[in-house]
Amino acid sequence: MTALLELEDVEARYGPVKALHGVTLSVDEGQIVAVLGANGAGKTTTLRAISNTVRRSGHLRLAGRSLGRLRPEAVARLGVAHVPEGRGTFAELTVWENLRLGAYTRRGSLKADADGVLAYFPWLDDRRHQQAGTLSGGEQQMLALARAFVQRPRLLLLDEPSLGLAPVLVTEIFRIIRELNEKEGLTVLVVEQNAHLALQVAHRAYVLEVGTVALSGASEELQAHESVRRSYLGY
Amino acid sequence: MSAVAATQQNRVARAAFRPVNVLLLAAAIFLLVGSLTSQIFAQQTVAGLAQGAVYGSLALALVLIYRATEVINFAQGELAMATTYIAYQLIQWGLSYWLAFFLTLVIAFALGVLIQVVAIRPVQHKSVIAVVIVTVGLFVLIDGLVTWKWGADIKFMPAPFGQQVYHWGGVAISRQDIGTLLLTVLTVVLLWVLFQFTKLGLGMRAAALRPAEAVLVGVRVDRMLAIGWGLAAVLGAVAGLMTEANQFILQPSLMQAVLLYAFAAAVLGGLESPAGAVVGGLMLGVFLNLVGQYVHFVTAQVRLPFAFAVLLAVLLVKPSGLFGRKVVRKV
Amino acid sequence: MRPSVSALLTTAGCAALLALLPFALSDYHRGLVAQVGIYFVAILGLNILVGYSGQISIGHGAFMAIGGYTTAIMSRDHDTNLVLTMLLAFAVCFVAGLLLGLPALRLSGVYLALATFALAVSVPQIVLKFDKFLGGSNGVQSARTVSHTWLYAASWTTSAIAFVAAWLVLRGRVGRAFRAIRDSEVAATSSGVELPIYKTLAFGLSAAFAGVAGSLFVMGTNGFAQPNEFDVTLSLQLLVGAAVAGLGSLWGLPVGAAFVGLLPTISKDTPLLGSSHGQDVVFGVLVVLVMLLLPQGFAGLLARVSRLRTRPESP
Repeated sequence: MTALLELEDVEARYGPVKALHGVTLSVDEGQIVAVLGANGAGKTTTLRAISNTVRRSGHLRLAGRSLGRLRPEAVARLGVAHVPEGRGTFAELTVWENLRLGAYTRRGSLKADADGVLAYFPWLDDRRHQQAGTLSGGEQQMLALARAFVQRPRLLLLDEPSLGLAPVLVTEIFRIIRELNEKEGLTVLVVEQNAHLALQVAHRAYVLEVGTVALSGASEELQAHESVRRSYLGY
Repeated sequence: MSAVAATQQNRVARAAFRPVNVLLLAAAIFLLVGSLTSQIFAQQTVAGLAQGAVYGSLALALVLIYRATEVINFAQGELAMATTYIAYQLIQWGLSYWLAFFLTLVIAFALGVLIQVVAIRPVQHKSVIAVVIVTVGLFVLIDGLVTWKWGADIKFMPAPFGQQVYHWGGVAISRQDIGTLLLTVLTVVLLWVLFQFTKLGLGMRAAALRPAEAVLVGVRVDRMLAIGWGLAAVLGAVAGLMTEANQFILQPSLMQAVLLYAFAAAVLGGLESPAGAVVGGLMLGVFLNLVGQYVHFVTAQVRLPFAFAVLLAVLLVKPSGLFGRKVVRKV
Repeated sequence: MRPSVSALLTTAGCAALLALLPFALSDYHRGLVAQVGIYFVAILGLNILVGYSGQISIGHGAFMAIGGYTTAIMSRDHDTNLVLTMLLAFAVCFVAGLLLGLPALRLSGVYLALATFALAVSVPQIVLKFDKFLGGSNGVQSARTVSHTWLYAASWTTSAIAFVAAWLVLRGRVGRAFRAIRDSEVAATSSGVELPIYKTLAFGLSAAFAGVAGSLFVMGTNGFAQPNEFDVTLSLQLLVGAAVAGLGSLWGLPVGAAFVGLLPTISKDTPLLGSSHGQDVVFGVLVVLVMLLLPQGFAGLLARVSRLRTRPESP
């Protein structure tokens, strides 16, 4: 079975500074895969390489199709929902308009899918006309997730969903991610600094160091792995 | 009621009592009372509103482009003038006024898109100053092209709304003024509907507000920008045609003063606010007419610098315009 | 930062060329090149403000007007020595620039651009309004006129002095403060740069240079200062010239000055499109093309070329 997402020897740079020195990874359909690593290891850059929001080279394939020359809009239209660092919500627009943007690439409007979204995020119903920028950090993160869900993507790219959030909210968000994966079959590639939580939710994980893959394997394996425990799990 | 609904109500209440809105309300009341008291006042108010509607549409075009690209399009007025000449040509070739009008709007849209794709897109990511200079170049280029093709002599076009003047309670109001007001209001309302209720409008707003995030949800940002320029050109065409109708003559310098007033109106309203541009235009038109009528220092010559002096005064008190929001930048 | 050897050589070469050129040109062409010198000074001034301190002005024609009228009035009423009037124009416009710089502190970006634009638009009308003192539409006639040769010498000498002066100022503390302000006002303030002082100084300096240019400008139009010589299009031309030259650098200035100084006249002389309005079309097209091809102006091109030459070979 071909993987849904395949990255082979992907390099990326910000101007003259190279951030990825050849990353190879793959994500199978229906899986949750985590990308771990310290600050500056290249985790965010890897996601950006997939959505082509950074200069990159190498082989990138979604369901066998090369992402090479596609502009970011086209990558999104192929079914990649990228929730960037900082959530990517439109602070000036209302909650409902943010969700409508999730349905932008699909035929028809949000209304058809409204029930589906509200089943996972019922509190959104009350806040439809609230300006997204006035939501709390946790609420914005959930809004971003809701919007990505509305996109009905083949692949969800999540960048540091736990950043800046209280532990209670973080647990809630990961619970929803797992539920979306189990009930809707959503394939997720999640970048996380919170290795502990990420490994609990993900099936497989990659550990990035200085722009390349240092380790990879099933979550249980990595959780038991000596250096992972020391560097990222704290024991 | 729920806590959320209560917060919403508070927000509306706070918005209603913002100093600017209070000022607007006071101005509206002042105009109403004045019009009921004096016939000349009423006449100047109506004429001012019609004139202001034209400033407002061109100002709206400027704001549309500014919001999306941070660029001040110096060629907006000349493009409006050029599309008016195109309408003139269509009429010369035998089309009726209104048929030519609508065909011109379509042509204007196409021209706006063309200019964005050919002259603006290649530089828009490199340097804002470069884009502004390109619009300056376009200003000169379009002016030259029109004068070369049609000459600088005065031309005439049929009156769209007829020459009739209505008399109502001793006040003379021309059909032209009413027509201008209604047409402009209609155009603005249609645009508002487009932006608020359609998918395309939402995409355009997203592309203008946050292009980096818009791209991630699949919005073709470049295409949205081109469409924005097309719509701005349409607004300009309406402004140009109405200006011609108001002035009765067509010549290459048609829109040069109007552009300047439109700049003033746009900045007055706060460059980020479409509503502000329109209201700014209306207010400017009425204000200038009334001042011109009642204050003898302000002759026709001084009207333009006076408008700008007022603008500067407003900016000193409120540097982001009447409706502009203070931009809080993260350090 | 010491200038590179090639920069010194190029400058010396240009200076020599300029000194010898008038002997090879006809009187008419001498007048044209003199015009280029005038634009050089004005655009230099504008560049200090826009390119180095990051404040936008689309109104520098107004300062040229002030300088020009100063010269014309002093000459008409007191038959003052013309060079003296240039110095006077410098001083008057410096003060005017400082005065304008003060309210400009409150405005930023596009609002400042439009405020200065408002100024440029208003100048001809204001001059017409105060016609008793400023001569109205009849203008002000200086007591003396100058030859093209004199103008050539004056404008290029002034350019040389202005260039060296600007170079000295900009490479020092003041220049660093300007650039800091341009790149990030917040960072500049946190580093101890007093914004109001340097921002108004930038306005004052750039206005002063424009004023001197205006002074020469009036001398170049037979000593006659007229309101419609100083309309909005002049301010726009200066901005175009500064952009073509390349903002934030002094080395592209001759190209920018030549672009706005020579092009309109040259395109008028060549009968393109068979009519006098062909010149506008040609100028407009060229402006658009230059910006499309060289968005950073001529100085940007020079920078790219020098980077190409000094880039180390990749392993």
